[in-house]
Amino acid sequence: MIVAAAGGPVIPTFGSGSGSFACERANRLFCPGWVSRNWSSVLWPALVQHIVLTLIAVSIGFVLSMALALVAYRRRWLERPVLIVTSILYTIPSLALFELLEPIPGFGLSRTTAEVALVSYTLLILFRNTLTGLREVPAEVRDAAAGMGMGPTQSLLRVEIPLALPAIIAGLRIATVTVISLATVASLIDNEGLGVPILTAISNEVFKTELIVAGGMAVLLALAADALLVLAQRALTPWTRVKAA
Amino acid sequence: MNNFVEAIRFIGRNGQIPGEPPLPTLVHLTLETLKIAGIGIGLAVAIALPIGVWLGHIHRGSFVAINVGNIWRALPSLAVLAIGVAFLGIGLRNVELALIVLAVPPIITNAYVAVDGVEPEIVDAARGMGLTGWEILRDVELPLAIPLIFAGIRTAALFVVSTTTIAALTGYSGSLGDIINNETSYHLPGVLGAAILIALLALAVELVLAAVQRALTPRGLKLGGREDLATVLAPVVTEA
Repeated sequence: MIVAAAGGPVIPTFGSGSGSFACERANRLFCPGWVSRNWSSVLWPALVQHIVLTLIAVSIGFVLSMALALVAYRRRWLERPVLIVTSILYTIPSLALFELLEPIPGFGLSRTTAEVALVSYTLLILFRNTLTGLREVPAEVRDAAAGMGMGPTQSLLRVEIPLALPAIIAGLRIATVTVISLATVASLIDNEGLGVPILTAISNEVFKTELIVAGGMAVLLALAADALLVLAQRALTPWTRVKAA
Repeated sequence: MNNFVEAIRFIGRNGQIPGEPPLPTLVHLTLETLKIAGIGIGLAVAIALPIGVWLGHIHRGSFVAINVGNIWRALPSLAVLAIGVAFLGIGLRNVELALIVLAVPPIITNAYVAVDGVEPEIVDAARGMGLTGWEILRDVELPLAIPLIFAGIRTAALFVVSTTTIAALTGYSGSLGDIINNETSYHLPGVLGAAILIALLALAVELVLAAVQRALTPRGLKLGGREDLATVLAPVVTEA
């Protein structure tokens, strides 16, 4: 790290003498050359980090919320306290939450801090959607499952959860794009993800190409993730399409 | 823990650090944050509410109204701010534009869904009583749609307050986010104090808007009337 910090000029390297960096030196709106030169060293790694950050946060958030929702489904009194705590977490602006977690021992400027904050934003959405989805399973369907000899666990796994899937996946969509959005801010704490090139570009006297490319990549990543989850929902819940036909 | 105690002291000193030149007061920065966010929300409501309500009233444009909301959710606020900086430079104009871009869609979607979803029998009854289209909108559809319309405004407001502080990262100074972006001057306790203040500010905005929503909701719609923090705080994001 020290070697890296001591060596080399701060990016963007405008170079000297050669005319090939004219676009960068003039700081025009978009320099394709800069993108191709920095794709493998700056942009691609940032994108991969961003995806990893998001996957970890959404997976942990999903497991936690599913567990909470399943318990609250059976024990109603749990719903209110969980909703109050998760709504407060959801309401705290991301910039503030990252900073509030940082001084806690064991957190600091680390991926842990970033992930804990990101997970906390998924809980409200995933918990509420899962619980609503489960509650909206018609009583007749549950009765029918019981009538077929299914126990509570079997009915939950084979009837109620599948029927709640559209609501659960709708929650996953919101949670995923929310995390992708907030993970750009998490760069402040974690120094990885697409927020890094964005913040670098700002500190480099507003280097426009990097702003547009990194910002655009964050937007496209969120749109792509949302589209993927829509496809996943279609594949997992073929019966929902019968109505439309 | 010591840092948190120091952070509370920092708030108590109104954002000043002993032995150092005067800094912008916390009161000033808080008001400034509210001003920036307020302008953004105000403009967004002025643009989005008529569109959403009108589309809902004529039951048209569901594809646009709903998909606008879907795409909105995918827009990372820092990315929107960053792209804006490239085109408009650092400044209030860019921040407000980003706030509007982020706040307009949820307001349109919710307003559309709310007005479009008013039961047709009620609208028919109103028409049968001789009300004109405008009167139906004003006296029947809008009052019934208020809870959901307001949910959209609250979702947007939450985003706007949060994004206003993030704007500090893109070089625009004037909000409480400045302190977080300037740890060298403020040190950890100052940054923490600002974070606490921002969190409280967001919660306060949510609670105030929830109270306004409650005051505006027609008495007939307040079923049971028992609301607790859970239902009051949780913003409703319309799903499509």
